[in-house]
Amino acid sequence: MNTETKEANKTATTKTERITGCEAIIRCLIAEGVDILYGYPGGAIMPVYDELFKYQGKIHHVLTRHEQGAAHAAQGYARISGKVGVAMATSGPGATNLITGIADAQIDSTPIVCITGQVPSHLLGSDAFQETDIVGISTPVTKWNHQITKAEDIPEVIAKAFYIAKSGRPGPVLIDITKDAQFQEFDFAYEKCTGVRSYKPVPKTDITALKAAAELINNAKKPMIVWGQGIILGEAEEELKAVIEKTGVPAAWTILGASAIPTSHPLNVGMVGMHGNYAPNKLTNECDVLIAIGMRFDDRVTGDLRTYAKQAKVIHFDIDPAEIDKNVKTDVAVLGDAKESLALLLNEVNANSHEDWLQEFKKLYEVEYEKVIKADLLPEKEGLTMGEVLKEINTQTEGNAAIVSDVGQHQMIACRYAEFNKTKSNITSGGLGTMGFALPAAIGAKMAAPEREVVAIIGDGGYQMNIQELGTIFQQEVPVKIVVLNNEFLGMVRQWQQLFFDKRYASTEMTNPDFVTIAKGYHIDARRVTKREELADAVKEMIASKSSYFLEVCVEKEDNVFPMIPAGASVSDIRLS
Amino acid sequence: MSEEIKTFTISVYTENTIGLLNRISAIFQRRHINIESLTTSQSEIENVNRFVIVVNMTETQAKKIVGQIEKQVEVIRAYYHTDHETIFTESCMFKIKSDLLFEEPQIQNIIKESDTRIVTVNKEFFVLEKSGRRHEIEALRRDLNAYGIMQFVRSGRIAVTKDEMKITELLSEFKNQ
Repeated sequence: MNTETKEANKTATTKTERITGCEAIIRCLIAEGVDILYGYPGGAIMPVYDELFKYQGKIHHVLTRHEQGAAHAAQGYARISGKVGVAMATSGPGATNLITGIADAQIDSTPIVCITGQVPSHLLGSDAFQETDIVGISTPVTKWNHQITKAEDIPEVIAKAFYIAKSGRPGPVLIDITKDAQFQEFDFAYEKCTGVRSYKPVPKTDITALKAAAELINNAKKPMIVWGQGIILGEAEEELKAVIEKTGVPAAWTILGASAIPTSHPLNVGMVGMHGNYAPNKLTNECDVLIAIGMRFDDRVTGDLRTYAKQAKVIHFDIDPAEIDKNVKTDVAVLGDAKESLALLLNEVNANSHEDWLQEFKKLYEVEYEKVIKADLLPEKEGLTMGEVLKEINTQTEGNAAIVSDVGQHQMIACRYAEFNKTKSNITSGGLGTMGFALPAAIGAKMAAPEREVVAIIGDGGYQMNIQELGTIFQQEVPVKIVVLNNEFLGMVRQWQQLFFDKRYASTEMTNPDFVTIAKGYHIDARRVTKREELADAVKEMIASKSSYFLEVCVEKEDNVFPMIPAGASVSDIRLS
Repeated sequence: MSEEIKTFTISVYTENTIGLLNRISAIFQRRHINIESLTTSQSEIENVNRFVIVVNMTETQAKKIVGQIEKQVEVIRAYYHTDHETIFTESCMFKIKSDLLFEEPQIQNIIKESDTRIVTVNKEFFVLEKSGRRHEIEALRRDLNAYGIMQFVRSGRIAVTKDEMKITELLSEFKNQ
C-alpha cells in the first residue's frame, strides 16, 4: 500500500450519515478528488443531477452537447493530468453514446469512470423506456463494470471503480445505477479502495529477468529502445531518460509515447509505425537488441510480424502480462511498473555510447529530410502544407503546447512534427482511431490544465463529427485553440484510395460549410487562412488570444503523408513517396 | 510452441459475480473461437467459482486467451491443460418410452453393459443417466437410438487437473499484497 492511500484511509469518513443514493454518488466523487465531470442529464440520472445542483461550487459539472463529447472530454482530462476523468449520462441512448469514448479509453489505457443512470430495478429487462443493457454492451470495452440496484452498494462500488480505473494498466470503468437506488436512503460512509481480491494491478519486477535484460543491453552493438505510453502512465519519464543517457541507446516512440522525452533530446530518434520516421522503422530490422518499454507492438507499429525485428533479441518491459508474446515473441520479458523497473535497470546497465550506430539514424534522417520533411515544413509550392502549420505552432508556442489531435492525415503530421518539451503533451486517439476525439478531448485537457496552452489540431472531417462541442466551449468559456486543417477531403482515406484503389475517390470529398461563420455563431473568435503569408500572423493572433480561438487553414487538397509503411508490409519496406 | 490444433481444457477460478460469464465468453468471441463446452460451478473454495471451458485451438492461442482471461479484474487465475493433464468426464441423460424396456430386452443388456444408471421409471417413460468419456456416451446414444430416444441431453466437460492449482495460496497472496 502506498503512503497516499494510507493517508486517504486515515481521512476517510468512518461515521455514517443517512443520505440518499444520489447524494452518496456526489459525495463519493468529491471524496475521490473529482473537481470536474462531464455529462448530459436525462430521466434515469435526474436525481443525481438534482444533487449536482445542490453541490455546485464543490464539484463542477460540464454540460457537453453530446454524451460522446462527455466521454472524450473525460479522456482529455485524464490524459493531461494523469487523474481519473469522469463522465455521466442517462440510461439508454445517453449510455450508448458514451461507448465510443469508453472503447477509445480501453484501447488507449485511459483511466475514466463513467456513471450511467438506469431504469428502476423493477423494470430491468422489461424493455422499459430508455432501457438498454449497458453493462452487457460495455463489457468488452471496459476494464470493469458493475450495475448497482441498492443504494448501500454505492460507496464500495464507486471506490472500487476509481481504484480499478487508475491502478495497474489503467482503463475505463462503467457504473450503472438504477433510479430507485438513487432515491433510496441509507447509512453512508466512504472508504477508499486499496485492493481487490483477485486483482493484481502491478506484477512484481523480476530481478532475474531484469539482470538478463541488462546483460543483453550491455553486450549489444546496435541496441534500440521503443517506448510507449507506459512511460507516461507510469510516470517513468525521468527514469527512461536516465537509462537512455547512461547507455547511449537511441530511443524511438510510439504515437502514444510521444512527449515523454523532449523532441530535441539527442537520443530521441523519432516515431515508429506506419507514418513514423524513416530511421527508427528501417533500423528496427537492423538492431541487435530491441528494448520495448510500455508499448504493445500494435500492428500499426510492427507492420508484417513475420518480418519484424527477426534479427534482434527482444526485451519487453510491461505492466500487463497479457501483452508479453501477444504479437512479438520476446527473449526477455520484464513484468512490472516501468518506473520501478527502469530505476532498477539503471543500476544494472553500463555507461556506454553507440556513436556509429546513432550516426546510422542520423544518416537516414537526412534522407527523410531531403525527400519528405523539407517539402512538408518549407514548401516551395503554392498550396499550404499541414507540416508548415505545425512548424508555425511550434515556433510560436516554443514547443510548450499540449497538442490534441484527431484522426487522419493531420494527426500523423501533428505527431511527426509537433515539438514537445513536456510530457503528457500529445493527446490523440491512437488505438481506436476515433474521428471526433480531438475537440471534446481538448476541452477536457484545457480544463484539467488551465495553465497550459492547449491546441487542438483537427481535420475537416473529424471536426464535423463532434462540432457541436463548440457549444460547450462557448458556454464554459474554455480558452482552447482550435486549428482545422481543411483539405476538403477525408484525407487519409483519400490517400489510400489514391495509392491502393486507383484514385477512385469514393465518398471522401467533402463540401464543407463556412467554418468561420459557424465558430462566430458560437461567439468564438475565428479566422481563415488561405495564403502562406497570412499564416504566421494568424497563428500569432491565435496563441496571443486569452479566449477560445478558431483557425481554419485551407491546405493543399491532395497532399499525402509520407513516409508510409503500407498496411501489412514490412517496416523495412517503408516508402518515402 | 505447438501450432497443432488440440483440445484444451481451460480452468478459470473467479469471484462469483453477475456478468463475468459474459466478460469471459467475449474473449473467445473476439478471436472467433467456438466454445465446445462451458461449465461453471462452486469450486473447492467458499465463494470462489470455477469455469471449465473446452476449446479446440493451438497452444499459442490458448496461452494468449488465458492471459486475456486472467487480466479480468474478477478472475483469480486461469490455466490451460491438455487432456493428458486432466481427469475429465461428461454426463448425460436419456428419456425413453417405458414400453421399450419390456418389448426390447436388448435395452436391458445395453444398460447393464454400459454401466448406465436408471434414474426413474414410470408408466410412460424411464430415465437413464451415465457419466463418462465422450466416446462412451456417444456409443450409448448410438445403441439406444436404434430403439428411439424421447430426449437426450449431455453436459459439458468437468475436469480436475493432475497438478495442483494453488488457489488458496494465491488468495492469501492477494490479501497480503
